[in-house]
Amino acid sequence: MSDFSVEQIKNLHKRFEQLSGNEETISRENLENIPALANNPIRRQIIGAFFDKRNQHQNEVGSFEEIGFEQFLMVMSHFRPPTLKTTEEERETMRKEKLRFLFNMHDTDNDGTITLEEYRKAVEELLSKSGAIGQEAAKAIADAAMLEVASTNVPHMAPDDFYEGITFEHFEQILKGLEMESRMHIRFLDVDTTTMHCGRSTS
Amino acid sequence: MPSRTCSHSPSGFGKSLPEQGLLLLVVLVLLEGSVLPLGAASSPDVSHQDDSHNHKVADHGVNATKKVFPVLDVDYHHIQTPFEISLWVLLASLMKLGFHLIPRLSSIVPESCLLIVVGLLVGGLIKLAGEQVPPVLDSRLFFLCLLPPIILDAGYFLPIRPFMENVGTILMFAVVGTVWNAFFVGGLLYAVCQIQPANPSSLHSIELLHCLLFGSIISAVDPVAVLAVFEEIHINELLHILVFGESLLNDAVTVVLYHLFVEYAGVGTVTVMDGFLGVISFLVVALGGVLVGAIYGILAAFTSRFTSHTRVIEPLFVFVYSYMAYLSAEMFHLSGIMALIACGAVMRPYVEANISHKSHTTIKYFLKMWSSVSETLIFIFLGVATVDGPHSWNWTFVTVTVILCLVARVIGVVGLTYIINKFRIVKLTTKDQFIVAYGGLRGAIAFSLGFLLDQNQFAHRKMFLTAIITVIFFTVFVQGMTIKPLVELLAVKKKQEAKRSINEEIHTQFLDHLLTGIEDICGHYGHHHWKDKLNRFNKKYVKKCLIAGERSKEPQLIAFYHKMEMKQAIELVESGGGVKLPSAVPSTVSMQNIQPKKPPPAKAAERALPQLPKGREEEIRKILRSNLQRTRQRLRSYNRHTLVADPYEDGFSDLLIKKQKMIELEKKIKEMNNYLTVPAAPPDSPTMCRARLASGRDTDFKPAQQQKGNKICPDPQAYSMKPVSDSVPVIQVDLASPQSPDSVNVMDEFRRANQEEDQGLMMKPPQGSSGSNKPGEADTTRDQQRLMRCLSDPGPSADEDEDEPFLP
Repeated sequence: MSDFSVEQIKNLHKRFEQLSGNEETISRENLENIPALANNPIRRQIIGAFFDKRNQHQNEVGSFEEIGFEQFLMVMSHFRPPTLKTTEEERETMRKEKLRFLFNMHDTDNDGTITLEEYRKAVEELLSKSGAIGQEAAKAIADAAMLEVASTNVPHMAPDDFYEGITFEHFEQILKGLEMESRMHIRFLDVDTTTMHCGRSTS
Repeated sequence: MPSRTCSHSPSGFGKSLPEQGLLLLVVLVLLEGSVLPLGAASSPDVSHQDDSHNHKVADHGVNATKKVFPVLDVDYHHIQTPFEISLWVLLASLMKLGFHLIPRLSSIVPESCLLIVVGLLVGGLIKLAGEQVPPVLDSRLFFLCLLPPIILDAGYFLPIRPFMENVGTILMFAVVGTVWNAFFVGGLLYAVCQIQPANPSSLHSIELLHCLLFGSIISAVDPVAVLAVFEEIHINELLHILVFGESLLNDAVTVVLYHLFVEYAGVGTVTVMDGFLGVISFLVVALGGVLVGAIYGILAAFTSRFTSHTRVIEPLFVFVYSYMAYLSAEMFHLSGIMALIACGAVMRPYVEANISHKSHTTIKYFLKMWSSVSETLIFIFLGVATVDGPHSWNWTFVTVTVILCLVARVIGVVGLTYIINKFRIVKLTTKDQFIVAYGGLRGAIAFSLGFLLDQNQFAHRKMFLTAIITVIFFTVFVQGMTIKPLVELLAVKKKQEAKRSINEEIHTQFLDHLLTGIEDICGHYGHHHWKDKLNRFNKKYVKKCLIAGERSKEPQLIAFYHKMEMKQAIELVESGGGVKLPSAVPSTVSMQNIQPKKPPPAKAAERALPQLPKGREEEIRKILRSNLQRTRQRLRSYNRHTLVADPYEDGFSDLLIKKQKMIELEKKIKEMNNYLTVPAAPPDSPTMCRARLASGRDTDFKPAQQQKGNKICPDPQAYSMKPVSDSVPVIQVDLASPQSPDSVNVMDEFRRANQEEDQGLMMKPPQGSSGSNKPGEADTTRDQQRLMRCLSDPGPSADEDEDEPFLP
């Protein structure tokens, strides 16, 4: 599994207990109650990702109702940064894993491709905090983006051909410039932060 | 500096040879011509020269014996100063021109080296002519006139994201690295000077504080030199921003150390208290500089909010506010460079949202031009000042300085990287460290600071200057020339060329939110959390104050998208409209290919729709397809020096869209006229409406007035789309239905359930600045065409009522 340090696992466990109210599992409500998340436009997708069975890497599909600490940790492990000791091969695997996580967030019906509808939905969510302006432009942006993916990956399509959707390979291809293994990470502190919040009693 | 590599064809080369010869001749004449007045300027007997000039020129017009009214008179003195300045600027620009005409030279030798050589030549010529070399690197001239444009250019176009991501590393190198360098070099130099046994030279008399002062002057990495050399080697963004950021931010350290040592060198001792005050002073200088810059930046942004009626002076505000920020900071002995950077970086996002496209271009061009000329002049002056001196060569001192500088730099970088890597996510490899160390070039700032020293107070000023010049020459020539081959040799990652695609932009934003969310779930306030808070604060309060009109609410993704679409529209129109542009990835994919398939039409038995004879269908389809296909172009890569037009021009988009629509519509009408003779169908059958196919395409266009605020007047000729409503019957033509490839299925309005998902490219009428400025190419081939009313179009207002349905 992941290579978290003992300190980090302890801290995450403390956080888990805080979220779950000292129970064994957390449900969606527990995560939805985090106040800081309220401002996040893609809140639902993030919470959904925690309960998505695909992110547990056990070849299951569907979603959980509640997750335990192991599953929580598994999802968190997607956000580990590479270290100086990570080899090229490991970096490749890491990048694929992270891209897969993102892909799963978009591919809600789990058919292996991100269709135009799903992509539109994703962009709409992203712009959901921007009011009406966001909604109107979202469709156009999603269409343009989809077109770009199709143009780069399958440059010569006859007018009658239909581009089904973004497959994982195409997804990797268009995002390869972003170097996901270095970008998609957070710092897991070795310090216990649950006791360090000023004046916050919950979450 | 953009390094153009001129590739001449053989015949072209032959032709350009006489041109080059001519240019060189002109340059030489100019040099000769410039030497005399420049020399004359500083020589005391100016009038003598003037008289001789007088006689030469005014020979034919003046009667030598009787002093009549001088018809032709020469009064050089009158225009002396501006004339000289212009001559220098002209010289610098001609030199720049000349270098790029010589084909291979600019790729081997960096421009900075060539310019120094030219400066040496000019200085030599002036000396040969017996005149006194003007004090060109006079500190006031340098710091007040030559340096600000370069720094402003760098600050205004500073890539904020990579800078902020690496700001910790940059500060470490800038502050700790420079202090380390200063003390190491100064201290060891003092030690070396003291141990000179055999030669009781003047070296023994150097005091420790003087050495430390010298160390602090020589240790700062120079932004001008770094810019000049790094621009030509195109290394990856991370390394570039590290070295460049360091060169900018170490100004505060240099200022403090310099003043500290100058002050206390007079006194002779430094106490702990003084050291402590030095640290406080550093904080004041750095933070004060940034604060002054930020204040002026906000003022500039606020002013630009109101400039919608006086567009022509918009660029002036940017320049004047920035310059005043610099001067104000210098007034308080704060760091002027940091003030300038802060001002440029703070004002840019808001100013760019407010000003017109032309002003934006003007600002870009002016900044590039001034910074380019400044840089050229600085290097030439370095050459001239070298010839001038005053020099006092001392082998020991100079060689030890050079060696110590190199050693200090290497040790400093390696040591600091070891510490920094513990905190960084993307670690710095050995290769990176090498480039950072090797890229620590010294330049004209060091020389000017040395020049500022008082000869009376610092007996060894001449020796210092000589040593400084030697170090500068060494770094610029040796390191500057070899860094490019070394970069190739070490296979250092180069700059990514392609511009960000819309997918990357979407996912960058997506990642930002995702990581913020994960951090919130984890419960600790990390990097992303604060960034998100800052963004929200910015959006909620700051943007409203500083950005005029509608654009204050525009999210970044949408702004990016608009810019992209406009760029493509402009490219399309400029290329002749409709002609396929050469692109990196030529593609025949169009909107049609990605639209989701329609649900299969009703079984054949239920269909009461007549079908067109095959020939006719083919023709219709072909024509429609040829009008509706589009090619998607890859965007040109962004380069700091290529100024791609920013197409957010007022009114330009209207013209563009109108033009496109006109062309397409005319074509359609012409061709569709043939098809009015379709066999008559029962009166209320939808097939009648196939005649109106012509107008289908253009219905997605949004009229121009729905763009930002009131900047664009409603376009009376724009074709507007009717909002989908029950009373408007809509005919759809399904071209790509797989069930019946040979027929054109015409579905009636009761299939409108399918329309909803086709609204991808259409915008509902009332809205802000969303993608309404889409050119005709936006509504490309689609599976279904939406047929609305036709050509006799209605007014632009989206609120007006539906016109009569076209079905009787």
